[in-house]
Amino acid sequence: MTSATPSLVPPQVPGQAESSALAEISQETIALTRRLFVQLQRRPSTLIAGVLQPLIWLVLFGALFANAPAELLPGGISYGRFLGAGVIVFTAFSGALNAGLPVMFDREFGFLNRLLVAPLRSRSSIVLASVLYITSLSLVQSLAIMGTAALLGYGWPGGNGLLLVLITLLLLVFAVTALSLGLAFALPGHIELIAVIFVANLPLLFASTALAPLSFMPTWLGWLAALNPLTFAIEPIRAAYAGDFALGNVVLEAPYGDLTAATCLAILAILASGLFLLIRPMLDRKLS
Amino acid sequence: MIELQHLSKRYGSGKKSPPVVALQDLTLSVPQGSLYGLLGPNGAGKTTALRILCTLLAPDSGTVTVGGLDALLNPRGVRRLLGYVAQEVAIDKILTGRELLQLQGDLYHLPRAQRDGRIGDLIELLGMAEWIDRRCGTYSGGMRRRLDLAAGLLHNPSVLVLDEPTVGLDIESRAAIWQVLRQLRDQGTTVLLSSHYLEEVDALADQLAIIENGTVIAAGSPTALKAALGGDRVTLRVREFSSEEEARRVQGLLQGCAGVRQVVINQSQGFSLNLVIEHDNVVEQLRRQLAEADLPVFALSQSRPSLDDVYLQATGRTLMDAELAVAGSRDAKAERQQNMR
Repeated sequence: MTSATPSLVPPQVPGQAESSALAEISQETIALTRRLFVQLQRRPSTLIAGVLQPLIWLVLFGALFANAPAELLPGGISYGRFLGAGVIVFTAFSGALNAGLPVMFDREFGFLNRLLVAPLRSRSSIVLASVLYITSLSLVQSLAIMGTAALLGYGWPGGNGLLLVLITLLLLVFAVTALSLGLAFALPGHIELIAVIFVANLPLLFASTALAPLSFMPTWLGWLAALNPLTFAIEPIRAAYAGDFALGNVVLEAPYGDLTAATCLAILAILASGLFLLIRPMLDRKLS
Repeated sequence: MIELQHLSKRYGSGKKSPPVVALQDLTLSVPQGSLYGLLGPNGAGKTTALRILCTLLAPDSGTVTVGGLDALLNPRGVRRLLGYVAQEVAIDKILTGRELLQLQGDLYHLPRAQRDGRIGDLIELLGMAEWIDRRCGTYSGGMRRRLDLAAGLLHNPSVLVLDEPTVGLDIESRAAIWQVLRQLRDQGTTVLLSSHYLEEVDALADQLAIIENGTVIAAGSPTALKAALGGDRVTLRVREFSSEEEARRVQGLLQGCAGVRQVVINQSQGFSLNLVIEHDNVVEQLRRQLAEADLPVFALSQSRPSLDDVYLQATGRTLMDAELAVAGSRDAKAERQQNMR
């Protein structure tokens, strides 16, 4: 055999030291994340639908209550401006709720087995890749909605406001992604997962302050909305859009007491870490 | 190179239906550098054994070592040594073949230059250049299998494990894969493949194990296993259609010959005679004796015992009968659930 002919079994390269754990984890995580983005690029319908649906909400729902008396809403703002924060949060939420779908398909089609046969340095790379992918996707979708809302004249949070919006969305996306990934490993198939996503989506939206303020709601619904994690994301964002905000300002007058923006963010952070801790034993079991 | 010791595995908790015993006390030893075949009907436990070997599944009891590493204690070390080509080819339809191989290379932590060089070599060796940059969703079964083989070989494993590598493939693709497997063996890679095709194992394997009901019932080289069955099979006709009387006369004559065993009259084939001979010289002797008795030889065929004979001897039924017995009794949904994590 000449040296030019490749061999099925190439000679071992001597002195090839094992690379560091961090380098290996980044290599596998980047490769897995890239795969998800290539899928998105070649099959962009999820991305488009994820922007289109909230956009329709924004335009149609906004128009439906466009003539609502301004004094009914807190701060006397227009309904469109009020709705904006709700729709942005809804976009991030429903985007993140889909995080489990690619994982579920990989389980069902056996692609996950291909990953598990490989000597991954850490199998958390599989979860990490999903989190990175869905976080960027949800943020891009939310920014698209924010841009459109701005064009519709519903305003734009400047400077620190934008920072607060992004941090809030990030925390919410982490929490919902953890939930969705947990479901993707716990449920038997994609039909069940889609059913759960379908059922969870709208009630969580309605039982939050996305479409109407707490003061509009009957007591029982007000309680539900004041406990709904979406509300803890919507109110700080609404405050950021309103312009004059500080982390210490009260953003939600819940039946159980007043909550500041900082408290809302803290609750979201605790929720996100709690959910990751909760699903961890299951991921360890399924991935080991 | 590979040692599977006393492996047992059951599926199901037994709450809804009795648990399915997939493996019971399966012991297997694959020498380094050999091409080893696992032969058995569908449902015999071949896939379960390979999935345990590849660290995808934990056995209920037993030990697995690959290249001296304990697969249960050091699964990552074992994964580095193994290339696994699964039965159900799991490819991402959206990616191109090249992208899939790049992903695979990154999962095995190959440096980029080495990864791309190796991908280039495998594309050439497996004849994939024409279609490797098309999306996997457009590939035929043979293309997918070749791509999967390339993925299994990418990190240059010491052991290549293939689960039914040629099921459903056209003859050309099958021949191509056989050639690659032989080449790998010749270059020192240990190859373990499962198959329910007798001719595949017969043509390829240096060593084989017959698996039935989750346990090994015979193991050795194909030649040794066949030799253990005794001599060659001979079919003899003194004319195209003999009478029973003539056949009996010949039978009586042949039974007296040294080195001839079991002379059976095959009524359904025009009263031909089937016999087992102990060595090749017996044929000449037979011809002489028949000539002396003034009996012509219309046809005489001699064949070595086949693996089918080995299988029959070991299990009491042919492999095809075993396949037919399990056909329809398998629960595809339950098996899919077993394969899911």
